[in-house]
Amino acid sequence: MAIAEDIANKDAKSQESGSAPVIEVENLHKAFGAQNVLNGISLSVSRGETLAVLGRSGTGKSVLLRILIGLVKPDSGSVRIQGQDIAGLSLDGLSTIRMKMGFLFQHAALYDSLTVRENVAFPLVHHRRDLSNAERKERVTHLLAEVGMEGSLEKMPSDISGGMQKRVGLARALALEPEILLLDEPTAGLDPISSGEINELILKLQRERQMASIVVTHDMHSARTISNRLALLDKGNVVIDGKFEKLQQSDIGFVKEFLKQS
Amino acid sequence: MSAMANSTTAGISPPLAGGSPPSSERTTSLLSPLEYVGGAFTGFFEWFGSLGIFAWKVLRAAVTPPYEWNELIHQLDEVGSKSFPLVALAGAAVGVIISLEARYSLSRFGATSMFPVTLVYTVIQVMGPIITGLVVSGRVGAGIGAELASMKVSEQIDAIEASAVNPYRLLAATRILACILMLPLLTVAADACGLLTGWFAQTLVEPLSFHRFIESGFQGSTFNAFLPQTFKTAVYGLIIGLVACFQGMRTEGGAEGVGRAATNSVVLGSLFLILADVVLVKFILVVFR
Repeated sequence: MAIAEDIANKDAKSQESGSAPVIEVENLHKAFGAQNVLNGISLSVSRGETLAVLGRSGTGKSVLLRILIGLVKPDSGSVRIQGQDIAGLSLDGLSTIRMKMGFLFQHAALYDSLTVRENVAFPLVHHRRDLSNAERKERVTHLLAEVGMEGSLEKMPSDISGGMQKRVGLARALALEPEILLLDEPTAGLDPISSGEINELILKLQRERQMASIVVTHDMHSARTISNRLALLDKGNVVIDGKFEKLQQSDIGFVKEFLKQS
Repeated sequence: MSAMANSTTAGISPPLAGGSPPSSERTTSLLSPLEYVGGAFTGFFEWFGSLGIFAWKVLRAAVTPPYEWNELIHQLDEVGSKSFPLVALAGAAVGVIISLEARYSLSRFGATSMFPVTLVYTVIQVMGPIITGLVVSGRVGAGIGAELASMKVSEQIDAIEASAVNPYRLLAATRILACILMLPLLTVAADACGLLTGWFAQTLVEPLSFHRFIESGFQGSTFNAFLPQTFKTAVYGLIIGLVACFQGMRTEGGAEGVGRAATNSVVLGSLFLILADVVLVKFILVVFR
């Protein structure tokens, strides 16, 4: 019941925001050798909106996220973040854009030689040198408390579970108060209870922060829980893009099969 | 299919139906070594090209702020302080070896009075720098290669980049600069240990005061005789750091890739260090003598 109310509230707020797209992808192509991964993908996400990108394994979902954060260069097409085309930017040029974005990696990608506290503090140490040590420590403690990890400050990543690592990864992604959040398979490899907790956490953060978010997942339940819209990829193309009801009413064979198997 | 095409191109008749094609097998076996050599040739230039691009990115990152002073200090400790015991031990061992060999050779020609200067020049000009370079290449090169390779395969370097931090500045430039700064200091340490143990080994057989030994060994020398050989190790540091960071940050293939990166860092670092020494020795002889 609480989740249904959250979804309704999310829809209402995203309609209110009604703003120009924060993320715009147009006719994106990417191939690795002879394998075409993305074949002309176009989509957009506005402030306060969460788009879930679904599809079979190997259909380019994670590659799409990596292109958005600039870790992978597209072969052609345009990617605009808050109106700025990022395709031709250098490493330092991308830095300004990246400071507005938070990225949660599929396996959290925590720095294994740093403690949980140091991991979350990493973006603050490098980009908020105006903060004193005490202020930084307070922010880190607050971020970890938001994700329920305040009791693990001095633990190493190897000492905590996969679900806990994802929480810490999420706290690190939020350290610079980003306007855009990219989540790569946030519930992959987690048990149903941990998945539910991560979904609740993401919903709570979206409610509070109104970020433009893209969540890559193959978990339909998770997608329906945390997103306003769903985009289904197949063979590098967006087969359908809309609310869950639109997918349910679709006559496209792949969509029906995907929903049936979910 | 390709074997038959190759057969036709080579003017050899296609194989008979139902039989094994000895002519196409011969053609394929002739082409395989050629393909291998061609591939190795291309790979060689590709590797150097990629290394050049990597070095350029690191240089650009190193000279633009914000500078990673904390990480640099940490790496100076990792490369310098933690390599000191090993380098000192290696230098000490080399000193004893040279002492024993030099005493034997010089006594055959009745030139034992030349022992101090022989030991001093051999340790400081030749053995000290190269032994230090090879020891550090093994310890530090493997460590950097493995560490960065492990970070690469676990997406930690991607995470650094996604956090809007330049990994070339944070990871590569700091490590390479630490290697450049620490190698000359470690060489001095190795030289000192080598001279001390070399003198001690000689004194056990033929007593000679340390003061007399130093006075004789450095008699008539100038700074030009020793400083270039010591500071050339900064170039060794550049090679060790650059090769190890490059190998580590381009790793692919999981645990096997990490192992390969660590091994290649040591092997290639050591090889290029020795080759560079050939050039540096000649350069020093021409410029400073």
